[in-house]
Amino acid sequence: MATLEIKDLHVSVRTDDAAKEILRGVNLTVNSGETHAIMGPNGSGKSTLAYAIAGHPKYEVTSGSVLLDGEELLELEVDERARAGLFLAMQYPVEVPGVSMSNFLRTAATAARGEAPQVRHWVKEVKQAMADLDIDPSFAERSVNENFSGGEKKRHEILQLDLLKPKFAVLDETDSGLDVDALRVVSEGVNRYTANKDKGVLLITHYTRILKHITPDFVHVFAGGRVVESGGAELATQLEEEGYVRFTGAKESAAV
Amino acid sequence: MIPQSSRGERFTSYEVDAFEVPGGREEDWRFTPLKRLRGLHDGSATATGSFAVAVDSGVEGVTVETVGREDERLGAAGVPADRVAAQAWSSFTEATVVTVAADTRPEGPVHVTVTGPGQGTTAYGHVQVRAERFADAVVVLDYRGAGTVADNVEFVVGESARLSVVTVHDWDDDAVHVGAQHSAVGRDATLRHLSVTLGGDLVRVSSTVNYRERGGDAELLGLYFADAGQHLEHRLLVDHSVPNCRSNVLYKGALQGEGAHTVWIGDVLIQAAAEGTETFELNRNLILTDGARADSVPNLEIETGEIEGAGHASATGRFDDEQLFYLQARGIPEDVARRLVVRGFFGEILQKITVPEVRERLEAAIDAELAAVGA
Ligand SMILES: Nc1ncnc2c1ncn2[C@@H]1O[C@H](COP(=O)(O)OP(=O)(O)O)[C@@H](O)[C@H]1O
Ligand SMILES: [Mg+2]
Repeated sequence: MATLEIKDLHVSVRTDDAAKEILRGVNLTVNSGETHAIMGPNGSGKSTLAYAIAGHPKYEVTSGSVLLDGEELLELEVDERARAGLFLAMQYPVEVPGVSMSNFLRTAATAARGEAPQVRHWVKEVKQAMADLDIDPSFAERSVNENFSGGEKKRHEILQLDLLKPKFAVLDETDSGLDVDALRVVSEGVNRYTANKDKGVLLITHYTRILKHITPDFVHVFAGGRVVESGGAELATQLEEEGYVRFTGAKESAAV
Repeated sequence: MIPQSSRGERFTSYEVDAFEVPGGREEDWRFTPLKRLRGLHDGSATATGSFAVAVDSGVEGVTVETVGREDERLGAAGVPADRVAAQAWSSFTEATVVTVAADTRPEGPVHVTVTGPGQGTTAYGHVQVRAERFADAVVVLDYRGAGTVADNVEFVVGESARLSVVTVHDWDDDAVHVGAQHSAVGRDATLRHLSVTLGGDLVRVSSTVNYRERGGDAELLGLYFADAGQHLEHRLLVDHSVPNCRSNVLYKGALQGEGAHTVWIGDVLIQAAAEGTETFELNRNLILTDGARADSVPNLEIETGEIEGAGHASATGRFDDEQLFYLQARGIPEDVARRLVVRGFFGEILQKITVPEVRERLEAAIDAELAAVGA
């Protein structure tokens, strides 16, 4: 069993003029086999949490720690964190012109597995994974995320999740911008990933609709840069009805 | 509207003294650090070494000759248009003429290797490559070694011939090379030229394409990689003077390190007579580190409205750290990620290289450039 522990995490964002504190002491523990939903209004710092864990250079950790099976992730480079078993499905995946999806996937799999996957197995594996996510095979030869629609980008994030099989996945608003069919396909992808109960998921979302497809074991309400309330799946239902008003003082819906 | 100093009417001469010694403010020279030319531009660089040319021998359909200055074929593709080219013209003692016979298609590329005269010495040279009617050949012109070099290279592409040329400037770090390339594209002929510039302290290549008759097609590709302190300059003039010809220019450069400087000048002229011209030119530069500078000046002059199409574009961007983060977040180590991005940037050009040996060599060269700074 693996554990991802976030302890008293304080993070500032580097802007042109000054550093601005966004995360104000986040505490959260995710064990393998668990799915934790993090729900919060826009601007509450959810993406900042995701990026800080992954090691984005714009976000500066001022104190706290993030441990993966006791190892301090914050001391590792971005790629080392990924190879340690951490995956971030981004809210806005980055376009990389000139690098084909197939070359990218193969290079990432080689890094994750420590050796190049055998060509024959690999081709099959990728084909199957793409079919599972309703991705047209022609995408393999396209540049990474370049001119993909929002939904296509999200599917490809889950494709990578499926192929890289990390210990922990942070999914940052993977549901946003998806139509009903795409939401189902993507959710099924996440459920396949967690099916063996040996993976941990931090499912970041603003809305409750993805929780109809992916059942969380825990729900945390995120506001003002920290977790302000934790509970079970019933907390999501409550948020769906009441919105975030209780936590922010402002009316913001959590339902779609 | 015809601009006042149209490139089509530019001055050309075989005589050195017909050109003023450049002072650095001239349009032609304003980007070039003259101090680093070691006197190539002001007559003080006398020839002290040899311009050694080696050509694969025994390739069926290919004749290699060493000829004197009086050979009447020399100059067939163009006349010097700047003082250094005129200096090279009046200073070389023998020229190499490589001829691909009419209706032949040699197996594999013909290798022409030019070796510099060595550190502290200067050499002037002349090479002419001729593809006769209906010939179809690939020529690799490889520059290597050290020293100070100025030369003229001519590509004479006969009627319906296809000539693919790859020029590789893989000089030692201290070399200075000012080259003038002159191409003459015959009726229905095709010239594919790829210019690769990697090594040398200063490399300045001026390349002019002239069309002799209708139906000519020129594809001019370039790939350059400048490191700290290197000055790599590419100047192109595609002169559409006859109807129904095509040109397509695509140059891409990467720069890294303090004082890395690249210059790309792309002049395309469509003269009044050149109806039905189709042309496009593009230059892109990728700046990998601080302290590097890319100048890019595309210029399209159109003197007739009766054209098929004409366009130009230029863009210089910095290496995108978001791309690096994305790739690293998938476990890809930083050096591998940088390589992926830079290879991807050059991919458009690498894909067009049909000679596998050349493509593999370039991929390896790009990787080596990236490895050199520990990127
Ligand atoms: N790169 C950045 N530059 C400037 N401000 C940022 C940056 N990233 C986040 N912020 C600010 O931090 C706060 C939290 O943003 P974010 O983490 O994206 O929230 P969420 O994902 O919950 O919508 C916002 O006020 C946002 O404007
Ligand atoms: Mg967000």
